[in-house]
Amino acid sequence: MSSSLLTIEGLQVRFETADGEVSAVNGMDLDIGQGERIAVVGESGSGKSQAFLACLGLLARNGSAHGQVRWQDLNLLELSQQKLNTIRGRHIGMVFQDPMTALTPHLKVGRQLNEVLEIHRGQTGTLARQRCLEVLDQVRMPDPDKRLDQYPHELSGGMRQRVMIAMALLCEPKVLIADEPTTALDVTIQAEILALFKDLVEQQSMALVLITHDLGVVAGLCERAAVMYAGRVVEAGSVADLFTAPAHPYTAGLIGSTPKLKQAYGEPMPTIPGQPPNLSNLPVGCAFRPRCRYGIERCAERPKFKPLADGQGAACHRAGEWGGGA
Amino acid sequence: MLNYAVRRILGAIPTLFIIITLTFFLIRLAPGGPFDQEQTLPPEIEANLKAAYHLDKPMLVQYGYYLSNLARGDFGPSFKFKDFTVTQLIWQGFPVSMRLGLTAMLVALFVGIPLGSYAALRQNSRVDYSVMTVAMVGVAIPNFVVAPLLSLIFGIYLGWLPVAGWNDGALSHLILPVTALSLPYIAYIARLTRGSMIEVLGTNYVRTARAKGLPERTVITRHAFKAALLPVVSFLGPATARIISGSLVIEQIFGLPGIGRYFVQGALNRDYTLVMGVVIFYATLIILFNLVVDLVYAWLDPRVQYE
Ligand SMILES: Nc1ncnc2c1ncn2[C@@H]1O[C@H](COP(=O)(O)OP(=O)(O)O)[C@@H](O)[C@H]1O
Ligand code: SF4
Ligand SMILES: [Mg+2]
Repeated sequence: MSSSLLTIEGLQVRFETADGEVSAVNGMDLDIGQGERIAVVGESGSGKSQAFLACLGLLARNGSAHGQVRWQDLNLLELSQQKLNTIRGRHIGMVFQDPMTALTPHLKVGRQLNEVLEIHRGQTGTLARQRCLEVLDQVRMPDPDKRLDQYPHELSGGMRQRVMIAMALLCEPKVLIADEPTTALDVTIQAEILALFKDLVEQQSMALVLITHDLGVVAGLCERAAVMYAGRVVEAGSVADLFTAPAHPYTAGLIGSTPKLKQAYGEPMPTIPGQPPNLSNLPVGCAFRPRCRYGIERCAERPKFKPLADGQGAACHRAGEWGGGA
Repeated sequence: MLNYAVRRILGAIPTLFIIITLTFFLIRLAPGGPFDQEQTLPPEIEANLKAAYHLDKPMLVQYGYYLSNLARGDFGPSFKFKDFTVTQLIWQGFPVSMRLGLTAMLVALFVGIPLGSYAALRQNSRVDYSVMTVAMVGVAIPNFVVAPLLSLIFGIYLGWLPVAGWNDGALSHLILPVTALSLPYIAYIARLTRGSMIEVLGTNYVRTARAKGLPERTVITRHAFKAALLPVVSFLGPATARIISGSLVIEQIFGLPGIGRYFVQGALNRDYTLVMGVVIFYATLIILFNLVVDLVYAWLDPRVQYE
């Protein structure tokens, strides 16, 4: 494996709410290597977004994060705002799910882009403008020149998402975290943005973390995937292994409920019955147990993440033994 | 923009006309008349007076007279302040009320907005709770309690400031009434700012700004502040119109020759022309200030279009 760039270890994210504590992320481990393209998948509510927001210190006010997020020799969770600001937006870029609300309504697109260069590179004026145009071109923005002087509301959703991507790319980050970058867009625009990501990762050496609940977009873009359930990585491995031989019953269920994949990989699989767990009151032991048809007595203990062959691994007492798997 | 402003002003004329009409008839429908309290008035003199003011004519005819005078900019003579026209009364008092009101509003803005922002940034801290408790009290305690207290403490007991009088708007004469007038506005604006700032700080675009690695100071001043001011601006339109049209309580307590008293006195005395005058004046102010608010709003938020 290539050397690690960003390592998440035992990450916990909790929210204080009026109805008690919500445990959104519960001991997540994930290692992101240099230039690696990794998909983080899981049903909505499985803690994907909050985990990576926590890495960048972007949790809502009522949230708190514990554990380790190692970047070089630093733990991002313990950094001061000031220190963190030298990393986010510069070495780690993030693109969010909803481009309609992710840009400041009263600032022109050009300003929202060039302030990134100003803060991290001290670039202003024509130099900054040049760089903005270059990146807008790279994300295939139509009429980039014109966009710089427009306000976000004058742009379509697809164009706004291109602005967001451009913003994240301005300083040539080492990691780009894209949180459901196409979910809020029209189907045709979705395909265009995905194609753009594909080209970007081929042209550049940056690592890509693609967060998605849609397994259909993973193949062809990412080489590795991590499957999250109830705020934990329950299976990880190469995309090919995961899709052909899932070791965790939840992964198998996810694949089964993705029509595009069913066609691609034959094997009809059952969809997942039941509901995602209540994050204020997680079941003891395996969080998937109430929905798992392979559960045994031992599943009342929390399963450890077990390495299997070829860098695949799963947090299941019966990994690879219940019928699916490596 | 100018085009828009002119259209808005023209569009307000029907509104104004309806207000004028309603006020004209409502005040005349109220029991009693302008000369009722002066019981000693011999009947023939009262008849003469009524004739002089056209009060002996049918209401519709009076209405016609009033409108045609109004069209010429003539608000008519006051029924009670016998030697003055309504226009004279308003133009005498308005500079006082305006000076007092604008100063109080500026003070309220310059104190309320920073206070509210600060509380929002320190949400749920002790500072936040103190500011909000004081603001709550500020809104709840009425002027007629605060004004005499201030007057008593700083005017009489400590003797630092004059107790009453206008003295051409000298600073020393402004301080106490402006303080009393601005306190509830400071409190309200602080609360408004705090609430909207907290909301804006939770938006996705503020999260984006933070994800870029901008210092928190820049996030707030560049990305959050304008949006957080929008509710304050909306409040400011009608509030400014209200505050510069005078406060009866403050003007009475500090003995200031503003127009606040005309609203109440005019109505109590059934001084028909004076009531009409101040109502039209106040309505015009509200219309103008709402227009200003809309223009400022469009400047703060480019999504707002002039239609
Ligand atoms: N500010 C918050 N307060 C309380 N709960 C939150 C907050 N933000 C997120 N959550 C909860 O955290 C859980 C994980 O959310 P998220 O990471 O956004 O899921 P997803 O995998 O769909 O990205 C969800 O159940 C969500 O309701
Ligand atoms: S640990 Fe047990 S309950 Fe959990 S997924 Fe594996 S078999 Fe199912
Ligand atoms: Mg999400």
